[in-house]
This record gives sequence, structure tokens and C-alpha cells, in this order.
Amino acid sequence: MSGRSVFRRRQRVFRWVTLAVLLAFFLLPLLGMLDYTTQGPGGEGRTAQTWRTLADVSTVSVEYPALKEGFLASVGLAVITPLAMLVLLVPTMTWVRLRLPGLSRTVEFVCLLPLTVPAIVLVVGLTPVYAWVYYLFGASTLWLSLAYVVLVLPYAYRSLDAGLRAIDVRTLSEAARSLGAGWLTVMWRVVLPNLRTAVLSASFLSVALVLGEFTIASLFSKKNLQVAMYELGKSDAQISVAVGLAALVFGFVVLFAMSFVGTRPAGTGRLARRRRPRKENPA
Amino acid sequence: MTSTTPAPTDPSTRGIAVQLTELRRVYGGVAALDGLTLHLEPGELVALLGPSGCGKTTALRCLAGLEDPDSGSIEVGGRDITGVPTNKRDMGMVFQAYSLFPHMTARQNVEFGLELRGRDRSARRARAGEMLELVGLSVHADKYAHQLSGGQQQRVALARALAIEPQVLLLDEPLSALDAKVRAQLRDEIRRIQLEVGTTTLFVTHDQEEALAVADRVGVMSVGRLEQVAPPAELYSAPRTPFVADFVGLTNRLRARVEDGRAQVLGGSIPVLPGSADGPEAVVLVRPEGIVVEPGDGPAPATVVSASFLGGHGRVVARTPEGEEVSVQVANTDVTRYRPGDRVHLAPRGDAALAVAD
Repeated sequence: MSGRSVFRRRQRVFRWVTLAVLLAFFLLPLLGMLDYTTQGPGGEGRTAQTWRTLADVSTVSVEYPALKEGFLASVGLAVITPLAMLVLLVPTMTWVRLRLPGLSRTVEFVCLLPLTVPAIVLVVGLTPVYAWVYYLFGASTLWLSLAYVVLVLPYAYRSLDAGLRAIDVRTLSEAARSLGAGWLTVMWRVVLPNLRTAVLSASFLSVALVLGEFTIASLFSKKNLQVAMYELGKSDAQISVAVGLAALVFGFVVLFAMSFVGTRPAGTGRLARRRRPRKENPA
Repeated sequence: MTSTTPAPTDPSTRGIAVQLTELRRVYGGVAALDGLTLHLEPGELVALLGPSGCGKTTALRCLAGLEDPDSGSIEVGGRDITGVPTNKRDMGMVFQAYSLFPHMTARQNVEFGLELRGRDRSARRARAGEMLELVGLSVHADKYAHQLSGGQQQRVALARALAIEPQVLLLDEPLSALDAKVRAQLRDEIRRIQLEVGTTTLFVTHDQEEALAVADRVGVMSVGRLEQVAPPAELYSAPRTPFVADFVGLTNRLRARVEDGRAQVLGGSIPVLPGSADGPEAVVLVRPEGIVVEPGDGPAPATVVSASFLGGHGRVVARTPEGEEVSVQVANTDVTRYRPGDRVHLAPRGDAALAVAD
């Protein structure tokens, strides 16, 4: 056996071992959670009672109202936060790139700043703001999205910045403008479709962050899914862990679906394939 | 197969006059445009030519509305559009960089401007088909930008710009990213299409061959100002300034005595162009094809420095006893008659040339 084939075999083995270790690292805790939620009373035997209870939405709504409240709040936040982030960041970053390139460093600095601010400091700083927000608009949990937009800025900025660098946004927007498009049309019809992957990636990170956020919601005494799970854990640990596992799987499926949709380039979709002319017969 | 290519129109019936007056645009203390005034006749193709940074692209961008001039005015068809935003100017533009929307097919790109103008779907499709036919890309209508070559992308961009029937067509170095062969081919195609549709066109380029080949008139720019605007042949044969003479084509700078409208140079006498300098110490700017070279001695002797075969013609460079290097165009079949070190003599052909003070 030559040295090269030995090297290749070793490389293959190393790849599989790495993959196995990583899978174990991620899957073992999940399996532990599954194991715990299927234990019978007193830790003896197996039962699916916890999962049956969880699957019965009407029972959960009645018996665990806090869980329902937290779940709905988290879903709402997972929708509002990425949308608010995109509405704030995409036009700002595009405008800075087109008209105020000298400000790009400042915008980058501001967007990355939340990375250096601990959650407790953020909460202390935002408390007076929220006092006014609650006073003027009511104390809905969904207002947490304001703080969450700040939290997701660094990650969203990086994704969108990479997307904007990948296209010639200046030429594309000037071409659209010369054809009669106003700025809204430029953003909606030209910039956004070409930032699809970056936008989805930024949304992906925002959703992941929102679905996993505990500290700020807890410090503001608001109930999102994580806070509800934590509180439930004090009275019914099995349901709490089952909800945690379900939330992880749900989050994973949502994020996987988003990444799958986002990475398909223009012109490779089913519709595009159907539109594309067939190759001419050389004969 | 039936062709939907529109019949050639009389340019004057479709085009519209454009007037740029005293345009000035300063970037950080440097004037990119320094009082530019230019008039385009209806249906005319004017090329702006000049070195990098001379302000030609700024002029075009001001006309497109992509830059705001600090002062001056822009009129199209007699209407002042200086403050009108880009999307209300009704101008088609082809950019230097590839500018097709990557998420749209060629057809969708062409339809984009029509959609914004509220044309219904069938009218859009018909017009897009007609325009793609005009640029010879009907078969690629359903392809995306990444499936097209650079030349094809620029053709689609041209079709897209023309589809909206713009008042003015703006071409911002549309061929500079293409290789030489495609560039020459597309250059001719642009001219053919422009003549067919008759749209008044401003073509910015730094390639003099391109400008001279396609334009009705060529404007040569330097440091934000127009040095000369003239038909290509006039620009070449009768440059008004040393910059134009130097920038357009090759020029020999030869010391001469200028008196009574004639310059004594290389043992002969040639007429000088209007606006030339007078006096015993002048320099005449003579084209390589304005000089003849013959083997042997004569009134203006010189020594061959090099002789090159350049395809369609040849070039002999000879040094005079005064140390001036003179470039002479010869027939390509004559190049082999000259070797470095050979004694030759030079003489002017008699074409008029510009004389400037030494």
C-alpha cells in the first residue's frame, strides 16, 4: 500500500471520528433529555405520558397557561424581531454603501457594540426607555423585540454586510433608477432579492437568538418560552424538559428549512428550471 | 422566420436635443467638471473621449441624474431637467460594470422598465422580444445573467435601456470589460442599433478607436473641460489644441519655422491649421502618415532607429541630426526596406498641421 493511500485512509478515519465526536457532543444531551422525559413514575419503566400531554394542545393551554403565553410571545418575537431588524438594517446599510461610504466604519462600530455590552447593563440602560414604552403603548411582552433587535445587530450586520459586498449594489440600484424605479422599488425589487441569502442568514440568526433568549426577558419580568420553561421546571420538571427538547427540535427544523430555502441561487429553482430553454440538438 | 427588427428611422424624427451648459462639479477641491458646455443634436451620437479622471463619466452621470452638478444647467428637448431625479429623466443607460439584475432572466430584465411604466404583460413581452431580437439574443431570453457571456450581458443591458424608448441613451464605457474582438463587434452593433432607433446618444469612452469608429462627433475632454468637439475625421486631421493632437492618434512634435500660414519643416513646407502659433521657434504636430521616408540622402536626412510591422501598415522611427525622433507610417510591404542604422531622408506630405509655441 502506497504512502498516499495510507494517508487518505487516515484522513477518512479522522473525518468520521470527528463527525462522531461532534454528533455525540450534540446528541447525547438531547438523548438524555428524551430519556428523562420518558421515565415512568419514580424513575422506573418507560412512559410517553409527558409527550402525550404536550401533544394535547387544549390540555397544555388549560393546565400550563404560562407555557402557552411564553410560547406565543416567543413566536411573536421570532417574527417581529427579524422583520424589525431587516427594516432597520437593510435600507440603512444600503444607503450608507451608496451615499455615505465614509460612515460605514461608524455604522459597523455601532452595530457591533452590543457584543461588548452585558445583558444586565443593557437592561439597566433600557429600563427608562421601556418605562415610557409601557406607559404609552402598554406592557406587552412583544416590546422585548426592541431589545432583541439591539442584541441581534452584530450578527445581522455581519451577514448583511457579506451579502452587500457580494453584489454591485451601486450599479444595480443606478441601473434600476435609470429605468424609472424609485428608492422603494429599488430596495424591494432589486436589492432585497439579491440579498436573499444574506437576509435569510441574518433572519436565521435572529430567530435562533430570540428562541433561546432568557436573561433579558427574565430581568424585565416578561414571559417568553425560556422564562416559562424555567418557571415550569420548578413545578413539573419532566414537562419543562420535554418542552425544552421540543423547542430545540422545532428551532432546528425552522432554521434548517430557512437555510435550505436561502442557499438556492437564482435560476436553479424548480420554476426556473421549467422556464429554461432546452439545449438545442447539435444535429 | 419573421424578423421583428424595427426598420431604420430617420434619427431626427426620434431623437431629442440635449444641452449641457457650464456644468461644474467639484470633489474635495478638485474640479471634475470645470464649466463643461456641450450640445447634442437630435439623433446624434456624441462620444466623450479623454484620459482617466478628465470628467467624462461625471458629465454623463450628471446628465443621467446620478450626480448633481454644483452649477450649470442640463436641458433635454428644451426642458430644464437639472433638478429632476434620475428615475424621472427618461434616459436609458448602459454601465461599464455588468448591471443586469442577477435574479431576473434576460427577458425580465428588459421588461423591468416597461413594468415600471405600467405596460401590460403582453405589451411588455412583445417589446422585450423585439428588443432582444434587435440585439440578436432572442434565443437567450430565458437565461440569467450568470448564464450569459460578458458581451451578451452588455447586449441585454442595451436592449433593456432601449426598451423604455428613452429620450437619451447613455453609454458609460459599456465595452471596456470585454475582450478586443467582442468589443469591436459590439461597438459596430451599438452604432447600427443607434442608427436604427435614432435615439440621441452620449457615449463615454477612453478608447479613441472606439470613439472615432462610432460617433457622429467626438468631444475630447481634459481636466473637466472640452478641448474640442468635432466629427472624427476633423478631430484627427485638424486638432485644435496640442492635447487633442497628442491624445488622438500618434503625433510627431517637430521644431519648425512658421510664417505666413506655412511651416518650414523636414526640408519642406506645409500649411498650418487655424489657431496655430507663429514664429521662428515653433513646434508642428505632424501625424506619422503626414511624413514620407525614402532610403538614401536628401534635404532632411535621418537614421533609422527601428522598423516595425503592425499588420495593416508598418512604422519606421528615424532620428534626425538634431536628435528628434520621427515616427513615419509606411506600407506594410515596405517595412523590410529599412533596417536600424540605415540612412534615409524625410519629407512632409503636405497635410496641414497644428503649430504651437515651442
